[in-house]
Amino acid sequence: MPTVNMQTANIFSFHGGIHPPENKTQSLQLPLGRPSLPNELILPLGQHIGQSSRPLVKVGDKVLKGETIAINNGFLSSFLHAPTSGTITAIEERLIAHPSGLSDLCIILTPDGSDTWTKLEPLSHWQDISKTDVLAYLSEMGIIGMGGAGFPTQVKLQGAYKNPLTHFIINAAECEPYITADDMLIREKTLELVLGIEILQHLVQADHVVIGIEDNKPTAIAALRTVLNKRKSKIQVAVVPTKYPSGGEKQLIQLLTGKEVPSGQYPADIGILCQNVGTCVAVHDAITLGKPLISRFTTLTGDALKNPQNVEVLLGTPVAHLLDYAESEPKKLSRLIMGGPMMGYTLDSAAVPIVKTSNCILAASKKELPPPAPEQACIRCGMCEQACPASLLPQQLLWFSKSQEFEKAEHHNLFDCIECGACSYVCPSSIPLVQYYRHTKSSIREAREATVKSDLAKQRFEARKARQDAEAAEKEAKRLARQKATPSKTTDEKKSAPAKAAPTAAAAPATTDESKKLKVDIAIGKSKLKKLEKQLLEAQENEHVEDINSLQLQVTDQEKAIALLEEQLAQMPSATPAAPAVNTAKASTAPVNDELKKAKVDVALIGVKLKKLQKQLIETPDDQELKDKINAFETDLKAAQDTVSRLSATTESHTAASEPKAAASDELKKLKIDAAIAKAAVKKVEKALKKAEEINAPEIEAIRQQLKEAQQRADDLEKALANPEAASQNAEAQTKKADAAPNNVDADAAKKRKIDLAIAKAGIKKAEKNIQLLQEQGKDEAEINASEWPSKLKEAQEKLAALEAEESAPATAVSAPVEKTADTVAQSEVKAEPEMDLATQIKKEKIAVALAKAQINKLNKRLESTPEDADSINQEINATQQRLQRAEALLEKLIHSQTNMQENR
Amino acid sequence: MLTVLLAIGILVLLSLIFGAILGYANVRFHVEGDPIVDQIDALLPQTQCGQCGHPGCRPYAEAIANGEAINHCPPGGQATIQALADLLDVEAIPLDGDHGTETAKRVAVIREDECIGCTKCIQACPVDAILGAAKQMHTVIADECTGCDLCVEPCPVDCIDMVEVGVTAKTWSWDKPQGIAATSINIIATDRQAEAVH
Repeated sequence: MPTVNMQTANIFSFHGGIHPPENKTQSLQLPLGRPSLPNELILPLGQHIGQSSRPLVKVGDKVLKGETIAINNGFLSSFLHAPTSGTITAIEERLIAHPSGLSDLCIILTPDGSDTWTKLEPLSHWQDISKTDVLAYLSEMGIIGMGGAGFPTQVKLQGAYKNPLTHFIINAAECEPYITADDMLIREKTLELVLGIEILQHLVQADHVVIGIEDNKPTAIAALRTVLNKRKSKIQVAVVPTKYPSGGEKQLIQLLTGKEVPSGQYPADIGILCQNVGTCVAVHDAITLGKPLISRFTTLTGDALKNPQNVEVLLGTPVAHLLDYAESEPKKLSRLIMGGPMMGYTLDSAAVPIVKTSNCILAASKKELPPPAPEQACIRCGMCEQACPASLLPQQLLWFSKSQEFEKAEHHNLFDCIECGACSYVCPSSIPLVQYYRHTKSSIREAREATVKSDLAKQRFEARKARQDAEAAEKEAKRLARQKATPSKTTDEKKSAPAKAAPTAAAAPATTDESKKLKVDIAIGKSKLKKLEKQLLEAQENEHVEDINSLQLQVTDQEKAIALLEEQLAQMPSATPAAPAVNTAKASTAPVNDELKKAKVDVALIGVKLKKLQKQLIETPDDQELKDKINAFETDLKAAQDTVSRLSATTESHTAASEPKAAASDELKKLKIDAAIAKAAVKKVEKALKKAEEINAPEIEAIRQQLKEAQQRADDLEKALANPEAASQNAEAQTKKADAAPNNVDADAAKKRKIDLAIAKAGIKKAEKNIQLLQEQGKDEAEINASEWPSKLKEAQEKLAALEAEESAPATAVSAPVEKTADTVAQSEVKAEPEMDLATQIKKEKIAVALAKAQINKLNKRLESTPEDADSINQEINATQQRLQRAEALLEKLIHSQTNMQENR
Repeated sequence: MLTVLLAIGILVLLSLIFGAILGYANVRFHVEGDPIVDQIDALLPQTQCGQCGHPGCRPYAEAIANGEAINHCPPGGQATIQALADLLDVEAIPLDGDHGTETAKRVAVIREDECIGCTKCIQACPVDAILGAAKQMHTVIADECTGCDLCVEPCPVDCIDMVEVGVTAKTWSWDKPQGIAATSINIIATDRQAEAVH
């Protein structure tokens, strides 16, 4: 269909617009000029919208024409190429073509004059390769929108893929007065333009392709029609009436499609893509010739030029060079404008270079462009509203701009203003409306950026505060934990002291209360310890070295605190059986004897407390509270001793009657005291051992020997104690048979069993503690197993189980219900204790297993990343696996014993 | 009589119903905290400089909500005062000079070869914009710096400068036009007469 291009597209209209004098003929008198090479080319790195390019060359580099000298810096950025062959002489700040008159970083290229092209690689098979690759190629060729904004073309094309395109519009309107660069381009490069359009059409797949051109370019229109006819192209040419600003993207779209681009959206959002003719030619040159964007058509015009004309100029050419080429008359030149008279900006200096978006240099005389008339008050004539092509309310916007009411200005769609200057042009009061809008727009943008920045600052400030708070809280928690480890003892004593001082049967519940409290403390401490260990594990996994150290310290602290509490608890049961003893004594017929016993118990208890406090005093010599307490205890002790001596005097006669029992009990007492002393010695040696192990002292072996001896002695004594106790039991039974209630025998037996139970429990605890200690020191399970502790633990556990079984039998036989309940309470406590310990141990083992597994994982990962260390890593893995197996075996054993114990119960 | 009682009864019933609705709404739509503080805080520049005498912008926002003057923020300057005045519906007053003067936007710059790596500035920075470690050179992340000055004082070797952020082509903004000409414009005859009188 040869006439397809002849069909006339529908032409719509847009609101407003003006008809300023065109002044286009001046620059069309002469043919296209090609100025000579300037002395230097100034190539700003930010010729486009978006991030400035990154220089790819250094000072002194020799480059060929078309060589890439700067690459894109992010998504919204572009490439830059050498416009001619030569040397890079500097990369420095130079004045650039910008309304601010500021400098920016530029690459300075001194031409060598030979103008040698680099090897060109056209994209000959652009139809066959993927569109993404073509877009990337366009980006590498430095193609940006040549209409004025300088938006990177590949980004614009990509944006067009969002929606299926209905219209692809080629902007050839060139509505601004004076400028004829596009007109000349169409005339000179008609075929290239059409080919470029066809390439872009292929890339965006639009239904309709329309070239929008103003009717003041008949030559260009004719040239286009000829070429399109020749190629039987479907591309339409839409001739639009001359009206400023029909060349605005949104206005041209409205003219050609009747559609209005919604506020805040892009043409692509309504399925329309708009490209400038200059861009189309650049696309053609890049793809079919392999030429990057290194030159452009620029109009040199104005009354101050003798030879106004269009030139094809290399990018980076200083404006001064072009003024010379067009023979400017400095006398006539009053204002040098880059761009057109409507939207261009005044250049302060002619040293600035031509960039990719420079379409016109207007060297105006004073007569041509008189200085703007002084601003006067707005008379509310409404002409600006009539002229506005964006259908805004310029008057309102002016008020808001003047009064800095940015929110209202935005509300009146200030950002839809295209800054065409039509309102200023028609304003009878010569108000520079556009300048107000530009100022307001940049103020709003600044405010937005400030908000973003202040939000970021706020976020960072709050994050910092949160971090500091967390640090402070952690420190406080650590401090509290440390504090708790020491004063918990004193508070315990404080509480127990009055209970002990009271010479009533209340002593028994008091001690059980206390032991319960201690147990709770231990449980809390242990859970804390567990938490810490977990944290430590995590830290080890994540390799936080600092955390690991501090956590390890915390863990040892916590363990020490628990050990201390456990020690206290271990001392408790020795007091607990004393309480029932008091009870039983009370039940007997000798009240004085009973009182004596009570007094003696008091003396012993006070003595123990005193000793402990004194020990503490040595540790913390400045503790006034402690000193006071010691004094109080000393007086208590004296009082108690007095009562003992008094009572013993009075009971002398009574005891004569029950001689054998007294003798037996005396002996028993002695033995007990000896056993207690021996146990204390064992404990002392243990403590020494622990300390020695902590500091890795060389005397460990000697101390261990001592410990063994001490334990041997303690065991012997315990055995001896058990025998005479039995003997004394007999004696007691005999003497008491006559007058004492049969309950007493049971009571005594119960007492004995309780003591045994306590001893067994203490033994278990001791063994566990030692095992734990060994584990702490990082000793292997094998070493631990080799030491005597696990076997001892087992022994003690067996003994405990046996004792418990034994106890439950006679306890049920005892008829006194009060005692029964007391027994069961003690029993359940005794039972719960080792179970809890076992549970914690199991947990510990589980942690050890988890740790070992994590380590193996880590090692495996390391093995993958660093295969060169394979040998050593493999060894480590093996060792860890062995450890894991051992830990698992132990865990199994522990679980087994736990189930056993539960069954026993 | 019945009518009166009926009216009273209806009114009582209505008041009970509305009271219940209001009570429910009070619980259901209860707003935690003081929203005005958030609004004030959003207007403050978040430099966290403490020039207002409060440890950060939010405490000052709280103080403003409790009646403190709105002109104690030099980094925010007159623009912030105006915004606060609009928000709180009070009169915009000039910046209180006791708390400092409005300066151009600045950032801290460490003269890096003089830095001894004491980390004092790092601890002082309210927005964690200083990078460095003990005995290592420190540097300021210029994009994060709010120009609060707080790092300058603690530096033992005075190697921190507050440098004004210059305007680049990217950050430049258009000037505001001078407005209606200050010099009288003789457009109509009465203008000239008025001038002659003077």
